[in-house]
Amino acid sequence: MDLSILWYLVPSVIMFVCGVYGFVTRKNLIAMLISLELMLNSADLNFVVFNRFLFPGSMEGMVFTLFSIAIAAAETAIAIAIIINIYRAIGNTDVREINKLKH
Amino acid sequence: MDITLPILILAIPITMFLVLGIGGVKMSRKLAGVLGICGLGTTAVLAYIVAFTYYFSGDPLFILDGVRQQYQVFDVTWLAFTQRLVVNLGFLLDPISAMMLIVITTISFMVHLYSWGYMEHEPGFQRYYAFLSLFTFSMLGLVVATNIFQMYIFWELVGVSSYLLIGFFYKLPSAVSASKKAFIVTRFADLGFLIGILVLSYFTDTFNFITLTQNPESVLGSTGGATFMGASALTWAMVLIFTGGMGKSAMLPLHIWLPDAMEGPTPVSALIHAATMVVAGVYLVARMFPVYCVVPSSLTFVTVVGAITAFYAAAVACAQIDIKRILAFSTISQIAFMMVSLGVAYDQPIEGVHYSGLGYMASMFHLFTHAMFKALLFLGAGALIHAVHSNNYTAMGGLYKYMPITHWTFLIGCLAIAGIPPFSGFFSKDEMLAAMYANNWVWGAWMSMVAGLTAFYMFRMYFLVFWWKENPHYKEHRPHDAPWQMSLPLIILAAVSCVAGFIPFGEFITWNGEPYHIHLEAPVAITSIIIALIGIFIAFKLYFKENSVPTRLKNMMPTLWEAAHRRFYWDEIYQFITHKIIFGIICRSIAWFDRHVIDATMDGMAWIAQRASASIKGMQNGAIQAYVIWYFMGAVVLAAITWLCLI
Amino acid sequence: MFGNILIWFVIIPIIMMAGLGLCRNSNMKAIRAVMVVCSVALLGLAIWLCCDFLRLRGMGDESEMLFTGSWMWYAPLNIHLAVGVDGISVLMLLLSAVIVFAGTIASWQINPLPKNFFLWFALLSTGVFGFFISIDMFTMFMFYEVALIPMYLLIGVWGTGRKEYSAMKLTLMLMGGSAFLMLGLLGIFWHSAPEGGQLTWNILEISHNASIDPSWQNMLFCFTFVGFGVLGAMFPFHTWSPDGHACAPTAVSMLHAGVLMKLGGYGCFRIAIFLLPQAANELAWIFIILTGISIVYGAFSACVQTDLKYINAYSSVSHCGMVLFAILMLNTTAMTGAIMQMLSHGLMTALFFALIGMIYGRTHTRDIRQMGGLMQIMPYLGVCYMIAGFASLGLPGLSGFVAEMTIFFGAFQDSDLFHRIFVICACSAIVTTAVYILRVVGKLLLGPVHDEHHRQLTDATWWERLSTVTLIVCIAGIGCFPNWINETIQHSFQPIIAAIQGAI
Repeated sequence: MDLSILWYLVPSVIMFVCGVYGFVTRKNLIAMLISLELMLNSADLNFVVFNRFLFPGSMEGMVFTLFSIAIAAAETAIAIAIIINIYRAIGNTDVREINKLKH
Repeated sequence: MDITLPILILAIPITMFLVLGIGGVKMSRKLAGVLGICGLGTTAVLAYIVAFTYYFSGDPLFILDGVRQQYQVFDVTWLAFTQRLVVNLGFLLDPISAMMLIVITTISFMVHLYSWGYMEHEPGFQRYYAFLSLFTFSMLGLVVATNIFQMYIFWELVGVSSYLLIGFFYKLPSAVSASKKAFIVTRFADLGFLIGILVLSYFTDTFNFITLTQNPESVLGSTGGATFMGASALTWAMVLIFTGGMGKSAMLPLHIWLPDAMEGPTPVSALIHAATMVVAGVYLVARMFPVYCVVPSSLTFVTVVGAITAFYAAAVACAQIDIKRILAFSTISQIAFMMVSLGVAYDQPIEGVHYSGLGYMASMFHLFTHAMFKALLFLGAGALIHAVHSNNYTAMGGLYKYMPITHWTFLIGCLAIAGIPPFSGFFSKDEMLAAMYANNWVWGAWMSMVAGLTAFYMFRMYFLVFWWKENPHYKEHRPHDAPWQMSLPLIILAAVSCVAGFIPFGEFITWNGEPYHIHLEAPVAITSIIIALIGIFIAFKLYFKENSVPTRLKNMMPTLWEAAHRRFYWDEIYQFITHKIIFGIICRSIAWFDRHVIDATMDGMAWIAQRASASIKGMQNGAIQAYVIWYFMGAVVLAAITWLCLI
Repeated sequence: MFGNILIWFVIIPIIMMAGLGLCRNSNMKAIRAVMVVCSVALLGLAIWLCCDFLRLRGMGDESEMLFTGSWMWYAPLNIHLAVGVDGISVLMLLLSAVIVFAGTIASWQINPLPKNFFLWFALLSTGVFGFFISIDMFTMFMFYEVALIPMYLLIGVWGTGRKEYSAMKLTLMLMGGSAFLMLGLLGIFWHSAPEGGQLTWNILEISHNASIDPSWQNMLFCFTFVGFGVLGAMFPFHTWSPDGHACAPTAVSMLHAGVLMKLGGYGCFRIAIFLLPQAANELAWIFIILTGISIVYGAFSACVQTDLKYINAYSSVSHCGMVLFAILMLNTTAMTGAIMQMLSHGLMTALFFALIGMIYGRTHTRDIRQMGGLMQIMPYLGVCYMIAGFASLGLPGLSGFVAEMTIFFGAFQDSDLFHRIFVICACSAIVTTAVYILRVVGKLLLGPVHDEHHRQLTDATWWERLSTVTLIVCIAGIGCFPNWINETIQHSFQPIIAAIQGAI
């Protein structure tokens, strides 16, 4: 069976929307971080898919995805470090408590 | 003519000013005094040499076919406004400037000498001599000006020297305000002078006196009938230039500074506010006389202003207590005499006889004699003040036997100003009155009356100071004649006042350079002597011995006395205009407007910006999820727009 | 590039900054040494330039600008670092050098942070010098901005009174002005060549080959004139001046009123009038009204102020109004007068502010109601103050008189009633000026001593004497021998006048 590009893009969109929904609604920083990863992964998926379908001969999209995964890992590490520090500072990880950066 | 002497005449006083002004602090009084006196003595000698060369050498440069010429010794470019309108600094020799050289240096030298005694114990003695030198320099520069702008330059400089000297006792608030008043009032008049020069130079394209006066009709022909508010541009120019003269010469209504200027040291009053600077206005009109003749209406203006001022000042002088103020008002009145005399002098044949120039000659003659006897009177007043330490005649009385030299010289001065022969004032005043009668008997009669008043108030002062009754204070503090430095100038000036009348003035100074033979007009002379004698007689009756008549007279008309004593409230009027209206209303409201309207607008703009940012800053609330929602909404909107654009 | 003498006017201040950077903050001696050496070098350079300029002119070099040089800076927009001077810029450079020197000497004992103060001061002078040597509009604008920014810090940190407010107000208003200016300059740039030609920022090139469309000219003229006019304290954009000057430290007031405000007037004729002559002819009347108001209004406002610096700031409004007023008369004599007035006002305001700083440093007040009789206590400063006052009210022999008279006589050459009336109004300022100057002199210096504590105060120190004497000598020099300056300026105005004549 020949899978059309839609078979890949629809899950990717679903993943992305889930990520957005999660990022906006969850109050816990860890949960938000997970949602963020979800969005990132959906973008990675798009890279691979578009590479495969539009430019079958080249590998840039794949390589970019690898970079992206590596950066996402690093970023997650930093984010978790920040979250741990915030937890130490204020005792929880509720995003509503963290609004010191306002005007 | 060699230019060394003229240059030295100007250079020595200014050098003295710089030397004494900068190095004075380090000098002893004696050195400063000697330097000042020697410097001025040298200048005086040089000025005499120059003037006598001019009058008597017979050099064709100076006198050609019996007509005295105007000669520019040098004339160098100082500032070129445009190609044609160039300001020069130069040295003009002509009958009147040579005469003024003599007057200025003589009086200035007398004053320098006199001040050595008078100012001996004052702090700032060196500064005083520096300022005197500055004044002498400026005044000399003024009279030898070759062009009207040079005159204006030195005109301002004499103004500032006068300011410095009136405010010499700068610790006294009264002296400070008097000097300020003098400067500002004359400055206001100079504004008129400046605008007059602007207008005149615009139409004639020259500042030079010789070009302007040699052939005024052709130079002024280019006004092209320009008019403003009904008068021709030229009339405006001449009237405005005369305004400058009104300020310096203290004509009504710009006279208010002169009485106050008496706050300065008395020798300064003698030099600046009696003999030299205040006649600058007369000198200005005389200098521009041919141009004034082209517009007779401006000369009529001069006459009217002069006539009113003469009477006003004489009337006020009758009701003053301070002897220096009496002398100040008498100065105003006498200068007004000269003005009227110039005003009536324009070329107008009467019964076939050209009287043109009689008034001019008489005016200059009176300027000369008046300078001498008025300086004498002021220096005499200085000696009196030196002796009794008060300016008011109430502190004097019966001084004739304590101060004989002062008494006799003062008496000569009074006789001269009253117009009693053979003293100098008689001759010059007689010529002036003759010119006025020749023009119109109204002016003659009016000014004769003023002459009578003059005799009255001068002798009122004389009797009250030297006779009346002895002041009881003399027992504690016996007044005595002044030291020789002060007495010598008095004697010299008194001698000059005795003989100056016999100078054949018309041979030297006339408006066109041709000699004029003075002859006494018997009717005029006799009338004026009788009027003067009547004035003196009334004064004698009222004030020779202590009596109650003057007080009763005063009580009979208290309002009039009070008004005259308060100088007919001119000062109050000016006070009201300047303080209440200009300061209180105009300046304050402008300052208020600046702070509360213009500045507030600028601040208001800043405030609006601040408010605007405050009202939208709530959007940055720190809740990250809100940002995300905004972000996505923005992204969706952008995507929608892009999509809409693409299809 | 370094062979061009003009470049050194920018390099020396930069060396000055580098030298200061090497000094330690506490090492006052080293800081002073750097400042004095560099400011003397600048003064010497300016005098040398002036002599060289006159020599070349004397040899018959009639080109519009001398010592020209041009180096590409940013090719896509054709921005050059283009330099060149005519007689006017030479005199302005000389003025700036004198004032930088006097200002340096006057802030001998600046406190706190002397090093930082002088660093910003040097940056400010870089901007000023750069502005006067540039003939490329873009670099000119850049140097203009360079001169403005340090002002904020200099006033905000070393000032007195409501310094933050004033610094902010001054900077914002001037920046507002330069926003207009930038628009105007960009507009001129986009019209700087005929269709298809290479666009340029160079003033000389633009004046030679551009003929900007009249409707554009009118708009651009308003932008540039207002932009520079703000700095020239034109009514109603002058309110930064009283507050700014009142709070600024001495040397900054000196440099700001003495030189920076001249940038406004200089720019007005060099750019607004020179490049947009048609609009200048057409729209001058609007600005004549505004500047005429400035003259009278500033003088009257000064009459009732009680703070010495406010009095002086308002008097600057009046005198700088005179500069712009004369420039708008669009004839050689009046414009020459304007430049003389710039020089004269620069020197005498600098002297005024220096003296006010010195008096304030002793009495710790600037309110004239709380002082009096200072002449008895500090005669030297008193005499200097009087000389400055006399220069301001136009005493012959000092620079103010020459400048004002040239302006009045030049302005009176326009024969219509509108100009005449405004000239006479402007003339009336000589009386008002006398009023406020003598009022201050009378209250502050003469009369009895107001505050007995003041009796212990000392007279001027040597550096204060040096600073004031320098300025007084210049003031008297211009006042006594004005003609060479007059001729230099008049000659330099020929191209501008030709442009104006050609546009009628």
